[in-house]
Amino acid sequence: MIILGLSAYYHDSAAVIIENETIIAAAQEERFTRKKQDSRFPEKAINYCLSAAGIGLDKVDRIVFYDKPFIKFERLLETYIAEVPRGLLSFWVAIPLWIKEKLFLKDSLLKEFAKLSGMSKAEIHDKILFSEHHQSHAASAFYPSPFQDAAIVTLDGVGEWTTTSIAYGNGNDIKILKEIKFPHSLGLLYSAFTYYTGFKVNSGEYKVMGLAPYGEPIYVDQIKKHLIDIKKDGSFRLNMKYFNYATGLTMTNNAFHKLFGSPPRKSESIVTQKEMDLARSIQVVTEEIMIKIAKYAKDITGSKNLCLAGGVALNCVGNGEILRSKLFDNIWIQPAAGDAGGALGAAYAAYYMEYDHARTISPSERDKMQGAFLGPANTPEEIKQTLDKYHAVYEEVTDESVLLKTVAVALDEGKVVGWHQGRMEFGPRALGGRSILGDARSPAMQKKMNLKIKYRESFRPFAPSVLAEDVSAYFQLDVPSPYMLLVAPVQIPIRIPLSKDESGLFGIDKLNVPKSTIPAVTHVDYSARVQTIHKDTNPRYYKLIEAFKKISKCSVIVNTSFNVRGEPIVCSPQDSYTCFMRTEMDMLVIENFILYKDKQPEYTETSNWQNEFELD
Amino acid sequence: MEFLKELLSFLKVRKKFWLMPIIIVLLLLSVLIILAESAVIAPFIYTLF
Repeated sequence: MIILGLSAYYHDSAAVIIENETIIAAAQEERFTRKKQDSRFPEKAINYCLSAAGIGLDKVDRIVFYDKPFIKFERLLETYIAEVPRGLLSFWVAIPLWIKEKLFLKDSLLKEFAKLSGMSKAEIHDKILFSEHHQSHAASAFYPSPFQDAAIVTLDGVGEWTTTSIAYGNGNDIKILKEIKFPHSLGLLYSAFTYYTGFKVNSGEYKVMGLAPYGEPIYVDQIKKHLIDIKKDGSFRLNMKYFNYATGLTMTNNAFHKLFGSPPRKSESIVTQKEMDLARSIQVVTEEIMIKIAKYAKDITGSKNLCLAGGVALNCVGNGEILRSKLFDNIWIQPAAGDAGGALGAAYAAYYMEYDHARTISPSERDKMQGAFLGPANTPEEIKQTLDKYHAVYEEVTDESVLLKTVAVALDEGKVVGWHQGRMEFGPRALGGRSILGDARSPAMQKKMNLKIKYRESFRPFAPSVLAEDVSAYFQLDVPSPYMLLVAPVQIPIRIPLSKDESGLFGIDKLNVPKSTIPAVTHVDYSARVQTIHKDTNPRYYKLIEAFKKISKCSVIVNTSFNVRGEPIVCSPQDSYTCFMRTEMDMLVIENFILYKDKQPEYTETSNWQNEFELD
Repeated sequence: MEFLKELLSFLKVRKKFWLMPIIIVLLLLSVLIILAESAVIAPFIYTLF
């Protein structure tokens, strides 16, 4: 049975195609259209999925959309009615959009698919199914996991009504056990602080998480006293007196601003200690809720395994805390935990729940995600053609060991390398398929990469890639973290103790003090967002770090996504080459082709790229 | 027509028939909106979509 899963029309459109239990392909539309978190119908991602499967739409048995628009509309109407006359402005803006487009989603899908495939709407009609938003998340967390049974926790902003759910997955079935409903939402609470600290809602949340270690948790009591009532089982209620998202066009209102003593920080203005303290405080509260919910999930399911999905599951600091709480023997987190992953969940939900197919778990398999390398790859001919188009100067190195040694030497010399290999990743993290790499031992690397390569805020940390078997030598982590979704403390022996003066530093001043022998990936609180590299899912990247280890005696390198701020991660050789030429990267490696920056012809920019990518 | 059928079955399953008059009024209003071709502004706010 071939099923196409879709997420679209909200943010981060994506398409996934599965054949029985195997994921054939998965990709986000933004990677093709080059518009970050593109929400349009994912035409290009669908076309890619169909071509990867080698079929036309006529061979697809079912198309499953990741949420149910009627129930969302019901939530909107009931919220407005409950709050009337507040929300009039929001109503006036939102309802025409719904009446004009979103309410007729099935018809829109039919039209788009008919246009894309040349089939008639009638032929496509019976193929289309809808899955509930949190059911899609739960399915994306459980079905690809390596567990026969598991507690499933989904946490996000909001789907139809649900914002948080606990479910139990066993075999091919998922039963939702508990739900928290809109407007009480952990994701929206976090987004409210993202908004208030001057970052963009829906994309700046990970900046808040990265900013948190610079601050002190001085607002925790205030948050718990005024904004949220947390129960012992992790359920919570928000005090809507302080929030505007249910009926207004902002996340927070004047009562919230008065509580914290000022209006929201203006975007791109200086980040002060106050924002850092707020970030730390909301992070502490979030972790407390995540752990309480996990504990309750354990109590009511009795399972020793936990699966996580939903946007909040990208909070890898919170995930690390759940891991260290030892509530569960095993944790598996969907790498595309946000809405893009809902497309995968929707497809799996139909396959297992609607059509009741048996679920098999292969003991040799890590999980069904194939390392999240589910996107397009490029042939040597394609790469050559692109590079020739730009008159690029390149070397083709077919001997893999020579290629890897060359890259390893460059990394050891402090060079920054663009690394474009194999299939593109599915989900928000670059995992060694479309990555920018650097030497984690270099104290100057974080600053260089932030300001000269990524053109982003200097406070933002970088993540380490480490050979799986060496992880415990560097980090207090003894489980695989292939998707960079667990934060762990750096091992004490490799930490550099702070001098008396350095210990007294506050906030952003902490940034320039090297904290360990791998300073480029050690955050100010001695933590790191670890990615373990495994031979089976990521062989070439594994061999590269092995080659680097041979030269440097260090099996950790910096891995950041191959893009500049506001740009979707690169997809094609053209994206990689242009990103390489626009930044101060030293070397680009696309499959077997090596390019050195100093050998390239002068690059003439054809567009104003700094305006092309809206800042995130 | 199919949309109306699906809407009715949705209201039946969810036991939300009381929403029907509101939806009808909104649909009628939408005709006016479409006729007037007023710009639909997509707000950034999280929960509207």
